[in-house]
Amino acid sequence: MTGLTFLIPIALGMGLLGLAAFFWSMKHGQFDDLDGAANRILIDEEDEG
Amino acid sequence: MRDVIDTRLTAPGIRCAGCIGKIERELPKLDGIESARVNFSAKRVAIRHSTALDESDLVDALARIGFEAQPVAANPLAQDDRETKALLRALAVAGFGMMNIMLLSVSVWAGAQGSTRELFHWLSAIIALPVIAYAGRPFFSSAWMAMKYRRTNMDVPISIGIALATGLSLYETLDGGQHAYFDGAVMLLFFLLAGRVLDATMRSRTRAGIGALLSKMGRSTAVIQPDGTTKRLNAEQLAPDMLMLVAAGEALAADGEIVSGTSAIDNSMLTGESTPVGVGAHDKVLAGAVNQMGSLTVRITAVAKDTALAEIARLMDEAGQSRSRYVKIADRAARLYAPLVHSLALAAFIGWILAGAGWHQALVIAISVLIITCPCAMGLAVPAAQVVAAGALGKRGLLVKDGTALERLADIDIALFDKTGTLTMGEPQAELDDLPPDAKAVALGLAQASRHPLSRAITKALLADHFVPAKLDEIKEHPGQGIAAKYLGRSVFLRRDPDAPAGLTSRLTIGEKSWGIRYADHLRPDAAAALRMLGAMGIESRILSGDREQMVAAVADELDSTGEGGATPARKLAVLEALRKEGHYPLMVGDGLNDGPALAAAHASIAPGSASDISQQAADAVFVGDRLMPVALGIKVARRTMSVVRQNFALAVLYNICAVPLALGGLVTPLIAAVAMSLSSLMVVGNSLRLVRVAR
Repeated sequence: MTGLTFLIPIALGMGLLGLAAFFWSMKHGQFDDLDGAANRILIDEEDEG
Repeated sequence: MRDVIDTRLTAPGIRCAGCIGKIERELPKLDGIESARVNFSAKRVAIRHSTALDESDLVDALARIGFEAQPVAANPLAQDDRETKALLRALAVAGFGMMNIMLLSVSVWAGAQGSTRELFHWLSAIIALPVIAYAGRPFFSSAWMAMKYRRTNMDVPISIGIALATGLSLYETLDGGQHAYFDGAVMLLFFLLAGRVLDATMRSRTRAGIGALLSKMGRSTAVIQPDGTTKRLNAEQLAPDMLMLVAAGEALAADGEIVSGTSAIDNSMLTGESTPVGVGAHDKVLAGAVNQMGSLTVRITAVAKDTALAEIARLMDEAGQSRSRYVKIADRAARLYAPLVHSLALAAFIGWILAGAGWHQALVIAISVLIITCPCAMGLAVPAAQVVAAGALGKRGLLVKDGTALERLADIDIALFDKTGTLTMGEPQAELDDLPPDAKAVALGLAQASRHPLSRAITKALLADHFVPAKLDEIKEHPGQGIAAKYLGRSVFLRRDPDAPAGLTSRLTIGEKSWGIRYADHLRPDAAAALRMLGAMGIESRILSGDREQMVAAVADELDSTGEGGATPARKLAVLEALRKEGHYPLMVGDGLNDGPALAAAHASIAPGSASDISQQAADAVFVGDRLMPVALGIKVARRTMSVVRQNFALAVLYNICAVPLALGGLVTPLIAAVAMSLSSLMVVGNSLRLVRVAR
């Protein structure tokens, strides 16, 4: 029984953390351009130096 | 530090990784541009630049690196985007709640007893209440609206079921009872929200596609200021008696009278008549017409609400109402289903009381009937099928705006086509067969140097045949007259044919020799095949055009169809109304502004991607590219989609037939309900995925 007092808050906390991460990424436009992200890896970076 | 502002432009030509790289690398090299960021999905470029540059400078800058771009108008679609995001957030919250409550529920099912069970029920309640309050809002508010207007929709039984289940579970928890249904309620919310999110994503993806096509029309124009300089003004800022300078290829933003300049204007958006009309000083021109040849100075006589365009907009407003009467299939099903479910639950409650059970036990059974008969499969049955179908059609070039559009497309039994721009390509195509190969190379070299619509037609035709442009020197464009250059020491011209002032003929001169180049508006390559395919599905096709009678008759003969010419927007509406009275479900396919009212009034409507903004907004679907086949394919897929939707409903009902007797008998535990729900949802989604193959 005492294990539960640790485990349940941990489980809830991790769930909330995931939820917060999802809200953050949505607010910061991580899902705005899904096709673009797939294409961007193909762009060769030019060496400025 | 100078002031910097952000401007957004749409550039439909962004198609590959190279385009992203080119724009993001090249633009910041220009003076005044700080950074550029491409959104590939929406085909947009966001540019951060100094206030010294305005929109037209940015459009020019993009044109120089090879991208046609337009400024994004005040975004009317942002609303939808917010709605999708709100639904996604609700889905995430419901998902979080569902996982945690399930975790607790599993131990209760596994046989947790006494104080452990009570603790777990309390924890579930603490998680579930805020989650239901947050994630359930879309359903509660929609159900509330429906009840307020004394209607039912799918959301009413859902809301009642969830509210009752939550209330009873709360009572059970306070009372230290055996069963709490928080898991069932939250899981139901999660699956239903998944359906809503799918539906909303489909709509916003299509809107993004259409948004990239929009804004080709005369939204802004260059106005000559009293001091002789020009300034670009938006259509709303124009006032009568201003002088506007309309370049070749531009659309007019207001009605007016020509002060100076001669040109040919294309009225096809307004009237459907495809041959350009020659105009000169003192002629009247209408907003929405496209200037084809030279630049014109026009004195504005009427703006915004007073233009011929506004009359069309008014007709559209009135016509659009007929469609809002359409009831979604899910709501039609709910209308039959909701009373049945409610009376069944009520019957269970009364039945068990009469049988001698306590009111508490009777209520538990009644609620489990409600929950189990309100399965997630019902919520997913429609959107899952429609999303798969719309995705598959999108790959074939038909962008469907929303789910009800597919439902209405499936009803269609007669199709009306506009001619110009719908059955035909809607843009002039150069006939270059008379020219010898070296003349073609010269023509390509000259035409490439100009953005004139006719030059672009030549460029397009010759590039398609893999010609290589000749090397020319001293290329010079004389606006409104033509292009001159030197080729191997001889002077060459591409210019308007002086003998045919209004018609569409250009003249190519190389030294002593010269050739005429004619232009024609051809039928789409697969127009006949698409009409045949519609015929095979039992759909009669007719042509209804604003163009002259004999032109329409010629096309009708070629396509083996019947045609009517000279139709005004009001006449098109009357034809649709008559068909509707006869009990038909007409489809309207058209592109021009003059088709707008008909597109809004028809049972379903499709517009080509080259259509005017207004027509694309009014239509249910937009097809892109040169081919007409997506129209026929759209109807075929819509019909298949509806049969899959009906199968999905049948599957969901079948599940009920098995589950309801168990629930009525008081044998359903939350575990059984949860497993059955997931299984039926999976079955419905799996069945819908079969639609991917239909569009192939």
